[in-house]
Amino acid sequence: MEKEAGPETAGVRLDDPWDDVPAPGRGDQDGTGGVAPLDASGAAAPGPRPSAADIYLEVHRSDAFREVRRRYRRFVAPAALAFLLWYLAYVVAATTAPALMARPVAGAVNVAMVAGLGQFLTTFLLTWAYARHARLRRDRAALDLRWDTQEMTRGLGR
Amino acid sequence: MKGDHQTLALLLFSAFIAVTLFITTWVGRNRQGSAEEFYVGGRLFSPIENGFAIAGDYMSAASFLGISGLIALFGYDGMLYSVGFLVAWLVVLLLVAELVRNCGRFTLADVVAARMAERPVRTAVGTSSVTVSVLYLVAQMVGAGSLVALLLGGTSDAARSWTVVGVGALMVIYVSFGGMRATTWIQIVKAVLLMAGALALTVLVLVHFHGNINSLLNTAAERSGHGKDFLAPGLRYGGDWTSRFDFISLGVALVLGTAGLPHILSRFYTVPTARAARRSVVWSIGLIGSFYLMTIVLGFGAAALVGSSEVRASNAAGNTAIPLLALDLGGGEGSTGGTILFAVVAAIAFATILAVVAGITLASSASVAHDLYASLRRPGRKKRSEVAVARTAAAGIGAVAIGLGLLAQDLNVAFLVGLAFAVAASANLPVLLYSLFWRNFTTRGAVWAVYGGLVPAVVLVLVSPVVSGSPTSLFPGVDFQLFPLENPGLVSIPLGFLAGWIGTVTSPEPPDEAKHAEAEVRALTGAGAA
Repeated sequence: MEKEAGPETAGVRLDDPWDDVPAPGRGDQDGTGGVAPLDASGAAAPGPRPSAADIYLEVHRSDAFREVRRRYRRFVAPAALAFLLWYLAYVVAATTAPALMARPVAGAVNVAMVAGLGQFLTTFLLTWAYARHARLRRDRAALDLRWDTQEMTRGLGR
Repeated sequence: MKGDHQTLALLLFSAFIAVTLFITTWVGRNRQGSAEEFYVGGRLFSPIENGFAIAGDYMSAASFLGISGLIALFGYDGMLYSVGFLVAWLVVLLLVAELVRNCGRFTLADVVAARMAERPVRTAVGTSSVTVSVLYLVAQMVGAGSLVALLLGGTSDAARSWTVVGVGALMVIYVSFGGMRATTWIQIVKAVLLMAGALALTVLVLVHFHGNINSLLNTAAERSGHGKDFLAPGLRYGGDWTSRFDFISLGVALVLGTAGLPHILSRFYTVPTARAARRSVVWSIGLIGSFYLMTIVLGFGAAALVGSSEVRASNAAGNTAIPLLALDLGGGEGSTGGTILFAVVAAIAFATILAVVAGITLASSASVAHDLYASLRRPGRKKRSEVAVARTAAAGIGAVAIGLGLLAQDLNVAFLVGLAFAVAASANLPVLLYSLFWRNFTTRGAVWAVYGGLVPAVVLVLVSPVVSGSPTSLFPGVDFQLFPLENPGLVSIPLGFLAGWIGTVTSPEPPDEAKHAEAEVRALTGAGAA
């Protein structure tokens, strides 16, 4: 099906956590993500069940979630800063330093052409790198956390 | 000869309209009428389908005809647009797409309202979303009017007016009867047509120069009349410092505005998961990137084969460069090949406009019904009424867009698009980024961020040379110009971020830690996502 046709997934199908996603509502995944479920014994636990807000705060403080967030931010913050600065430098150079940009490189191709095509190239490369990083370093852990959290909040009216 | 163009082009226009109306009725037959169905097509599109639809939503006639035309006239300076329009997608991919998919249900306001007091935030974000959409819509309608009139030869005012009315009526029909499902399939058909057309022309240009890029560039420089300057920046934006700052402002608005366009953001809700949203963006970056690379070849190709002066003689803004190039590549005026290629290009441009306006109309009707109406109505009504409101809103927005499109017929299309991007970047992006990434963001900060970007952006345009004080402005007779730049982005985008920050630090109420925790967990894991 087309769903499998993403250009970035070819060849790494085994690492793809979404391929073995069963229907929502599978019940026995507690503990895989490292979040201690607050109500592991389900309805048998005595006393009031925690509210959804408590569960989200608990997950938010868990090491597993911090690790997912850290991996996301570690990649995205420097990458976003880098491409924004590179683009800004390109725009400013094009408007303020035309002499530099007009310097020939090879034949009719000048510095400005190389820089412009370089923007295209870096955009494609960063897209590829981000998709790969997210697929290999983040998707599995995020999916585990998602099931655990939904398992814990099930039946709380959310 | 001119008659052949028109007959064939009209035939292809009609064929495209017939196909899209068929899609709309076919989809409408199977519709269940839920909000999920109307706004997001049941969330069951695959990444590749959504990737094509995003590309179809984004690549407007302004980029197909406008950018190539600018390159044909001004050489390298036109290419700067291509770069900005593409790099903008990195902001969407890295910072916005997945998190927005996880946090919201139908609109941009959903994402912000999840953490804040619902009513004021929904009203503010809904207002700015509708403003951006209407500006963008008017730009496309004005473009449609002048483009169709130009391509069909009938440059009379009546032809332009009827085109604007016709495009408006069609987009309301698509959206009201077909919802997101029909709109998405129309985008996909259009994206395939546009890519195929651009690819065919690019291959013809490259074959003409035997694959030698160097000789293509040299011929373009020679025939432009500017020599080597044609291949370097400065022909259009090189003059005084005002025009340089204007260009930097436009560049910043382009790269930051895309992530705040409501019709782009709503596309991420049509796929089942955040991961599918990411993969759709990867697909669309591939499509959009190759498309803009092709527009560069086509622009220089038009300069080399048609010549800059002939392009300018046909249309001062360069919008007819690609149709003229097609005519030339097909064998020139009077040949069968030229007639066919010209008609095909005209039909593709028309399809492009229809698809883009349908996408924007849907997004703005969702903002009206889901954000503005829902935050102001009495609680306890059925959901069914929200879809009915959205359908009515689509018709209302269509009427407004037709009216404004008729009034603004003489405005420059590229300027209107740049303005829509500037307003999106000033009003929508700060509030979106703050609510996704800033723990202490509060309701007051959110409301201030929206109005603090929206109001300066609109006011700065009103006192800019676009509206008054220069021979080319909207009211050349009067002069209340106070702001030198045509694009307000350089000032209004920082103001939006600043207003959000000031609103937050002066907030009387503390930030809601539990809601922030919930929003962050949901954004990064997808727990509880719709």
